[in-house]
Amino acid sequence: MLNTDYKDDVLTVFLSGELDHNRSAGIRAAIDSQLSALRPKRLELDFSRVSFMDSSGIGLIMGRYRAVGLVGGELKVVNVPEELDRIIQLSGVTTLGVMK
Amino acid sequence: MNVINEMRLSFLSKSTNESFARSVVAAFALELDPTISELADIKTAVSEAVTNSIVHGYRRESGMIYIDAKITDTRKVIIRIRDKGVGIRDVEQAMQPLFTTAPDEERAGLGFAVMQSFMDDVKVSSKENKGTTVTLVKRIVALR
Repeated sequence: MLNTDYKDDVLTVFLSGELDHNRSAGIRAAIDSQLSALRPKRLELDFSRVSFMDSSGIGLIMGRYRAVGLVGGELKVVNVPEELDRIIQLSGVTTLGVMK
Repeated sequence: MNVINEMRLSFLSKSTNESFARSVVAAFALELDPTISELADIKTAVSEAVTNSIVHGYRRESGMIYIDAKITDTRKVIIRIRDKGVGIRDVEQAMQPLFTTAPDEERAGLGFAVMQSFMDDVKVSSKENKGTTVTLVKRIVALR
């Protein structure tokens, strides 16, 4: 189940808990079905309640960057907790210009 | 360097076991009183290695994953993660950042880069059709 909010062409997805390979497939499918239904101008991934993430979370971000681009929108990654900073920096997703 | 504690764990290569495995290893390391950040480093590296075994080692088959971990009197946690899967043909290539054989599953190709960045030492040995062993070493800094 995905906690989302949609207004003014912005789809916000509130991610929570541990983002690993096991959980990311379901989250990916849920987000992508909303993307094709709503075709938002912007997808915001809110990481404030994510307590753990490995490179599966990076794959999720990179994949949504592509997916929202396909429906003509942009991606923003917001409220990343300090503990996740290192993996985000290491991954290079910051160079996509999606961090807010 | 003497081993002061040791544990072994084996489990099926189901992705629900990724969180089980990293939590067990992190709990084992608690003996050395790691910081939250050191603990997160261990959890992340173990998660990467176990996910590699599930996604790449065993692909769509299922098999057993074996972890043994040791704590030394030099405050090191030594974690060995082993599978009997397909193995890696070219370990050097597999360890290159962004290299992945599973782009469809949105694998970022960062598993080994994360392990290397978060741990003090990472060793990989692999034999095609025999399996892969990843050894992770983390030194836990003494209480400040």
